[in-house]
Amino acid sequence: MVSSFKEALESGKFVVTCEVAPPKGINLEKTKHHIEFLKDKVDAMNLTDHQSSVMRYPSLGAAIMVKELGGEPILQMTCRDRNRLALQADLLCAASKGIHNVLCLTGDSVMLGDHKEAKGVFDLDSSQLVAAMRLLEKGKDLGGNELDGAPAFCAGAIVTPEANPIDPQLIKFEKKIDAGAEFIQTQAVYDMPKLKSFMDYAKQFPVKILAGIILLTSAPMARFMNKNIAGVNVPQELVDEMASAPKGRAMETGIEIAGRMIKQIHDENICDGVHIMAIGKEEVVPDIMSAAGLT
Amino acid sequence: MIRSITQQKPEEELEELLNGVNRIFIVGCGTCVTMTRTGGEPEVVAMREKLSASGKMVTGHVTVPVACDNLTGEITEEYGEQIEQADTLLIMTCAFGVQTIAGQLRKMVVPALDTLFIGKETAHGEFNEICTQCGTCIIGETGGVCPVTACHKGLVNGPCGGTDQGRCEIDKDKACAWTKIYNRLDELGRLDSMRKLQKPRNYLGEPSPGKLVMNG
Ligand code: SF4
Repeated sequence: MVSSFKEALESGKFVVTCEVAPPKGINLEKTKHHIEFLKDKVDAMNLTDHQSSVMRYPSLGAAIMVKELGGEPILQMTCRDRNRLALQADLLCAASKGIHNVLCLTGDSVMLGDHKEAKGVFDLDSSQLVAAMRLLEKGKDLGGNELDGAPAFCAGAIVTPEANPIDPQLIKFEKKIDAGAEFIQTQAVYDMPKLKSFMDYAKQFPVKILAGIILLTSAPMARFMNKNIAGVNVPQELVDEMASAPKGRAMETGIEIAGRMIKQIHDENICDGVHIMAIGKEEVVPDIMSAAGLT
Repeated sequence: MIRSITQQKPEEELEELLNGVNRIFIVGCGTCVTMTRTGGEPEVVAMREKLSASGKMVTGHVTVPVACDNLTGEITEEYGEQIEQADTLLIMTCAFGVQTIAGQLRKMVVPALDTLFIGKETAHGEFNEICTQCGTCIIGETGGVCPVTACHKGLVNGPCGGTDQGRCEIDKDKACAWTKIYNRLDELGRLDSMRKLQKPRNYLGEPSPGKLVMNG
């Protein structure tokens, strides 16, 4: 098996992944601490790639750290910053370091980040990046040349189940699967009926789906996401529930909500697992898992 | 009709470009920049007044009919002396005009405008970019809507995750190209065309700078 994450996906168990953000700078202590703290509690951890177009330590460097510390990395790669030569080169580097799980994303516009005047690349898109991985595995590159030593991958991609409009998004989702995606981590979902109806459709495809769960840390944070993040929709009841949390206890309410959603996804067998995004609060991931009854 | 769409440079930038320049001849254009009100006769006159008020000497000004055409002998003759007296030409046309004029008159040129895109007036006072002239046209498969131009990321396989109510993630005033393409193909019963995995784009269509030499 190419990776222990792939093994977990294929075992049929309820898979749990989480997210670790590389630092802005070369002080790796906090990232290292998060990796060590979480590596045996989840099936794999995603290393974000200049998330929201904010320049940081590279996801590849952080994925190498995870590997060195004995964890299971999922390397996130966006198409925003590298052309096809650089993307393929980084894929080869990753595979040579034992990093086989790769999540392909288009990437946010540079205009949304902290280097607004930079050039966005987008030489490939996420579905083409998945296809490129499958090609490299066959010992060929995108220029049609032979490789001396072919890599192996477990290829992933994302979907936004609450995109508006949804139909063009679903065509793209199917193209990613056709291109060879084996797993999908979704954008955050809070509305269970909507997730269920997406899964009723998605279950027909040969792909494992992990539902994205973003930890709510306060009512203003939930409102901020509703306003600013496309495809994320926190229902009013949850915003109200966050707002009614006793002072200083909002985080506990957020953990409870995340745990409750994960429990439902698990108990009702809605998805193959979950991807927990605790955005800066990685230390509470185990609390979310225990609130979900997973530990 | 396809037009060159421009915008006046920020005042501070223009001031800096004209720093140390005392004698200026101003050129406007009667075509695209007149329509966008960035370099037609009224803007040229306003610029002359502004420069004079700031203590610069304006040796003269002209609004040529089409600045991207070569200057006619009549214009160079009529304004020759005023141009000669100037140390710098301030050109209130698109970059095509600036370059055409720079190639004809032996003077430093300062562009007063930024050329934003080649586009079309799609509604009164509203201009949209239509084609980036990439050299490898793919709109036969997208219902005639160009994702290379109309999608902020130039994606060719469908939308990113940033579409919000059919608008682009970078600006609610810009339509998401892939919502438009989907709707168009749906209307034509040709969504199969969107389902096809498009190969990575070919950037070798015409390597920049573009040049075409016709045979015969
Ligand atoms: S929102 Fe639409 S137009 Fe904007 S980058 Fe994404 S796919 Fe392209």
